[in-house]
Amino acid sequence: MRRLLVGVPYVWLLVLFLVPFGIVLKISLSDIALAIPPYTPTLDLSGGWAGIREFFSQLDLENYVFLTSDDLYWKAYLSSLQIAVIATFLTLLAGFPIAYGMARAPEEWRPALLMLVILPFWTSFLIRVYAWIGILSTEGFLNQFLLWTGLISEPLTILNTNTAVYIGIVYTYLPFMILPIYATLERMDASLLEAAEDLGCSRIQAFWLVTLPLARPGVVAGCFLVFIPTLGEFVIPSLLGGSDTLMIGKVLWEEFFNNRDWPVASAVAIILLLILIVPIILFQRNQQLNREAEQ
Amino acid sequence: MRRLSTFNIVSLTLGFAFLYVPMLILVIYSFNESKLVTVWAGFSTKWYGELLQNEAMIDAAWVTIKVAFFSSTLATVLGTMAAYVLVRRGRFFGRTVFSGMIYAPLVMPEVITGLSLLLLFIAIGLDRGVLTIVLAHTTFAMCYVSVVVSSRLVSFDDSLEEAALDLGASPFEAFRLVTLPIIAPAVISGWLLAFTLSLDDLVIASFTAGPSSTTLPIKIFSSVRLGVSPEINALSTIIIAIVTLGVLTASIVSKRQISQRLREEAQAG
Amino acid sequence: MAVSGKDDVFAPWKDATAEPLIKINGVTKRFGDFTAIDNISLEIYPQEFFALLGPSGCGKTTLMRMLAGFETPTSGVISIDGQDMSTVPPNKRAVNMMFQSYALFPHLSVWENIAFGLRRDGLDKEKIAARVEEMLKLVQLGKFAKRKPHQISGGQRQRVALARSLAKAPKLLLLDEPLGALDKKLRQETQFELMDIQEKTGTTFVIVTHDQEEAMTVASRVAVMDHGQLIQVETPEVIYEQPNSVYVADFIGDVNLIEGSVSGLDSGAELAWAEGRDPLIGQPGASLSKGQSASFAIRPEKIAISAEEPQDRRNRVQGKILDIGYLGNLSTYHVELPDGPIIKCEVGNRSRIERRDFTWEDEVWLSWSDTAGLVLPR
Repeated sequence: MRRLLVGVPYVWLLVLFLVPFGIVLKISLSDIALAIPPYTPTLDLSGGWAGIREFFSQLDLENYVFLTSDDLYWKAYLSSLQIAVIATFLTLLAGFPIAYGMARAPEEWRPALLMLVILPFWTSFLIRVYAWIGILSTEGFLNQFLLWTGLISEPLTILNTNTAVYIGIVYTYLPFMILPIYATLERMDASLLEAAEDLGCSRIQAFWLVTLPLARPGVVAGCFLVFIPTLGEFVIPSLLGGSDTLMIGKVLWEEFFNNRDWPVASAVAIILLLILIVPIILFQRNQQLNREAEQ
Repeated sequence: MRRLSTFNIVSLTLGFAFLYVPMLILVIYSFNESKLVTVWAGFSTKWYGELLQNEAMIDAAWVTIKVAFFSSTLATVLGTMAAYVLVRRGRFFGRTVFSGMIYAPLVMPEVITGLSLLLLFIAIGLDRGVLTIVLAHTTFAMCYVSVVVSSRLVSFDDSLEEAALDLGASPFEAFRLVTLPIIAPAVISGWLLAFTLSLDDLVIASFTAGPSSTTLPIKIFSSVRLGVSPEINALSTIIIAIVTLGVLTASIVSKRQISQRLREEAQAG
Repeated sequence: MAVSGKDDVFAPWKDATAEPLIKINGVTKRFGDFTAIDNISLEIYPQEFFALLGPSGCGKTTLMRMLAGFETPTSGVISIDGQDMSTVPPNKRAVNMMFQSYALFPHLSVWENIAFGLRRDGLDKEKIAARVEEMLKLVQLGKFAKRKPHQISGGQRQRVALARSLAKAPKLLLLDEPLGALDKKLRQETQFELMDIQEKTGTTFVIVTHDQEEAMTVASRVAVMDHGQLIQVETPEVIYEQPNSVYVADFIGDVNLIEGSVSGLDSGAELAWAEGRDPLIGQPGASLSKGQSASFAIRPEKIAISAEEPQDRRNRVQGKILDIGYLGNLSTYHVELPDGPIIKCEVGNRSRIERRDFTWEDEVWLSWSDTAGLVLPR
């Protein structure tokens, strides 16, 4: 009974999560071939021990060397990092005031406000990205509105630029930023602010000296929750970005589906994972510290 | 006692406008007569009619719902088991690897998950189709379910289960009669989450779908790449309406339950 | 023991020339339809340890928060040290508050918490350091200066909160249920520590509490509040021995209340309480008129218990022992009178090997002197 309970999900994840990784790793060390599947070597167990040795001797780091030699990949990693950092910062700028306003709102409003933040999260991601195409295009609603107000005389090109990608990321990941910040702000004891005022702070000083430092765990968590998925994002750059928008998720996709170069796509994936390990570990540590601080 | 400052009101208004105006525009322009999506040419529901005529779209929707239903149900069973094991059954061999495998898919870029699963299916010679998408979706959705359920299990009083065992229930009976009813809300929200994640997924489905098993997101994506179309607006509106209704219903039901419970507790003194 | 002269007793409220620190004049506070404070006037003098006592929701916390500046009166005037406070925000008042939750900043160390208010005043570094050290010494927490609030015990947190609110040497310190979160033993120790610190620093303390024992122990004067009004403002002894109402008598300490009507006012006050019984005799606790319905209030420790009928006392009743509680330092007897009421009386256990004469169901006599009880209007 107990074995079954542990065993079924364990084996499931082993087979459908861990083993696939092994395969990706292995293919990243293989060479491209005009065959099905389009890589070599393939493991042939009928060759016995010698066959396995033969198989391992054919694996090499050639694809990784290729990634360093072609500057497309370097640029894609760097530009993904850059876009993820800037987008995370912009999301924080947009999210913090909203979370702060929600935490200050009368208690009976808060569940409704919270639901308004969560609702878009349940709505299709794809549709939410799609909604911006009609807004940001040259004859889109934003340009129509700006022309109507007279702020601009020529329509702006926003769609298919990095600006559109930033807007898309901020829009879709905003709930991930708002929720953890709101959670820390809402938990904050209101008497702390009164104590700060009582000890001589103005409202604004109390915000800088008390509210902001106490919101830090939520801010950090929110930033990671936006940064980590943004780094490997595919849908937003491919729908809203331009041909010069380089993001690694898009490169991987194209390498795989358009060039059918599975070994290089696998190597791209492995490097992306290695890059992600650092923020993921930092995020885990932050969550751990928060849990400990709560106790 | 605290009052909202002007700054609070402005940031809340702008923030929620930012979140909702794009979707509102989408909904309004799904009723536009014109094929040009950004020019209003009068009210019409013709795009909904055309959407219903679009058999490829309807087929894709049907595949998506099938996949979502099976994968979320499977994910709920597996995820609940995993959560129970992680929270309740202290140490066992390979526990660290297990919890790592539960949490990793949550932060894994979808492109990598999709790629690795596709390579697995090819390696074992499994033809791509509905089955492979279900397997893929179950794998990542069970991790979300397990997080949702274990957060509920953590706050659950151990002694309730012990009391059931003490009164003569077998471990399985204790789970079925005591633990499961108490964690049921979390299990249900886990299922709903898994269902929506599956409905929503484009990237992993693109890797693991075969030519005969196009899902709705794949269909939408390929059509959206060519630009905005009023038919997609109509489809989006339908999806938004269903989600909104679902979330509202769920929140009203849970709010009722909570207030009823509070009332009963108050009456009991 | 030397008897101090009458002039030495600290009682500025009896001195017509003393200038009060706080003047609360006709203050009312409403939240929507709810009246939290109902036309209160009160004066508190420098160096007093003043307690606001009452059940939750009686308005004591609202009154304190108005002194701190977190609430403004709907009508009426509060002035501190002669200055009208109505437009002065909390951060500009020479008033500090110790919060019920302590409100210690969790991201700052003990040292930084205490320095917080001093830094806002822009003092130079050496002065701040010296003052913080002084406060740490006052509350005996020198060793814990570098710890964060969650790394110290509840009692230590309470002392940090006290040190932080005293650091700026306020004219007035407000304490909101300062000992509520501590267990009983620690609470009793801390009460005396608080009194000590109040005396050392000479600061005026106003404490809000629902714990009558705490108020009686620490305060120079106690204000008993109910439904937004002051019921009685007096020293602890007067509050206990001469409560002005049934509410105060019942709220402070244990009391037996026997209901009846005033039958005579010649020698003290007489209360007719049962057919065919002699009236009970006590002192009038407020102005009374004949025939008015009233309660006879008698504290359990003022009642004597005996087997034989005591001939020398006019207040005597016979009853049957219902319950005996042995508390160590004293024993409590619950005695049922034939007409129904149950009287509680307490007898001190003075010698270690004492024969306890009474047991359950024994018929006993209860008696007390003419001045032991009070007759209070209902």
